[in-house]
Amino acid sequence: MAALTELTVSEAVRVLSEGGTTSTSLLEALLQRIDQHDGAIHAYVSIDREDAMRQAEAADARRKRGESAPLLGVPIAVKDLFNVKGQPCTCGSRMLEGYIAPFDATVITRLREAGAVIVGRLNMDEFAMGSSTENSAWGPSRNPWNTDCVPGGSSGGNAAAVAADIAFASLGTDTGGSVRQPASFCGCVGLKPTYGRISRYGVVAYASSLDQVGPVTKDVRDTALLMNVMSGLDLRDSTSLNVPTPDFTTALGRDLRGLRLGLPSEYFGAGLDPEVERAVRAATDVCRSLGAEIVSVSLPQTKFAIPTYYVIATAEASANLARFDGIRYGARVKADSPLELYEQTRARGFGSEVKRRIILGTYVLSSGYYDAYYLRAQKVRRWIRAGFDDAFRSCDALLTPTAPTPAFRFGEKSADPLQMYLSDIFTATVNLAGGCALSVPCGFSATGMPIGMQVIGPALAEETLLRVGHAYEQATDWHLRRPQLKASV
Amino acid sequence: MRMTDSARPSDGFDVAYVARLARLHLEENERAQLQGQLEQILSYVDALKEADVSGLAPMIQAVETENVLRSDEVSPGVDREAALANAPEHRLGLFIVPRILE
Repeated sequence: MAALTELTVSEAVRVLSEGGTTSTSLLEALLQRIDQHDGAIHAYVSIDREDAMRQAEAADARRKRGESAPLLGVPIAVKDLFNVKGQPCTCGSRMLEGYIAPFDATVITRLREAGAVIVGRLNMDEFAMGSSTENSAWGPSRNPWNTDCVPGGSSGGNAAAVAADIAFASLGTDTGGSVRQPASFCGCVGLKPTYGRISRYGVVAYASSLDQVGPVTKDVRDTALLMNVMSGLDLRDSTSLNVPTPDFTTALGRDLRGLRLGLPSEYFGAGLDPEVERAVRAATDVCRSLGAEIVSVSLPQTKFAIPTYYVIATAEASANLARFDGIRYGARVKADSPLELYEQTRARGFGSEVKRRIILGTYVLSSGYYDAYYLRAQKVRRWIRAGFDDAFRSCDALLTPTAPTPAFRFGEKSADPLQMYLSDIFTATVNLAGGCALSVPCGFSATGMPIGMQVIGPALAEETLLRVGHAYEQATDWHLRRPQLKASV
Repeated sequence: MRMTDSARPSDGFDVAYVARLARLHLEENERAQLQGQLEQILSYVDALKEADVSGLAPMIQAVETENVLRSDEVSPGVDREAALANAPEHRLGLFIVPRILE
């Protein structure tokens, strides 16, 4: 049998239920591998070993009593922006250094009810703003395939941990590609579900009309398993959708006959790395051989996506981050007046990318500029949505690259914010349009870095995405490859 | 509280003015760097002006839903001790702030 840490979630569930291992054994193996490798990867920012062990022992006790639950005894790691009661939640920011979450986010409650062991918190770009984890106040995470390269972001710790087998699966968030782009960079599966599919109660907000919780996993089946547990209406999140949660695993194991998949020409143009293009085109051929019909479509609004995204996301961020004022929680710089206290606390607590986005967002909402920027961006957003609606009249889902390039090197884009923003070009549109999208591994560059294909669907079409992703995965072995890690001392 | 914002500039992007609106102190070097970076980002964002948005209603949510009301009933939330535990300064069940009245 393979090492315990190599198991997927579904495999771990099976081995546990057959009595082949215990939750405490799984956790011990995981913690040991974290000790060996996380020094080089830096995927985790905090782990409470005793707490995790207590959860694992409780899961083993439940199983002994004959109980069963979908994830009973499986360790799951989460991005450091989910409130996990009694644990830190820093969002990669000095602003929340020392904060201890007073409650569980709804998704954490649901994972616990399903028997999962919440094992640790994963590194991220500060307040989920970034595409490389270089904006984490705690230092970047490294790509397990090449530690000179970024793991992507903002959920970079998620993807690095899953790729390095130092997490069985993880929970992230995706506002403009923050689950899918790191999944692509590290050779993992990442899903941005439909907005409202999963409750955001207890998840620290970045841009409220775009943020959505999503899993990063080793394969598509695990994504389906986690979606079954996490999805559904939550009265504590007024944006959560009142729609039934299907059994997402029923979408797996089917071929692609009868499905029509669109290739948007705008996603295969200038700026796309030739190796990425080759890999994605080859993947579309695989989908065709599995029975899908491949058609050309056009999304003429694509060039407006990043300008629209950066107006809307920063505007919402500037409002959301107003709560970090040094009064109720987090850091405080003492001062004689409230105004000075706010200004100095925020100056010291926030890093440079967060400041940049707060300033931009404040500007586009300010008197005299609101109509020209924010209101206009919201109108363009509707036009972008209309473009997707048109495309989905002639196909069931779209196939695109997830990111224009494989993982880049540290420092390559950090000096030029605009270049960094452009790495979200194929993903941010989906958040704007209100669809859902899945990234699956579809090849490697000549230098051995993973490449991801994105499958985009309209709202609530996750089953179609999982069907395509799983059929593709069954026909290829990209998702089975593992990086060679050098143990750190 | 007295407004201490400087007069709004008539045109263009003034990082010092916007930082004041955002309640964010910037050091001199940060201000110079952000002024340049944000001018560049804004000129890129200006592409929005090329889009024809006539007749389009603003889209404010990713999946547009009806407003939902819930019944106005008391339900348990985070208790006071837990809520205060993260406060930089608290006393007698209250958050402590600097003097707000002159």
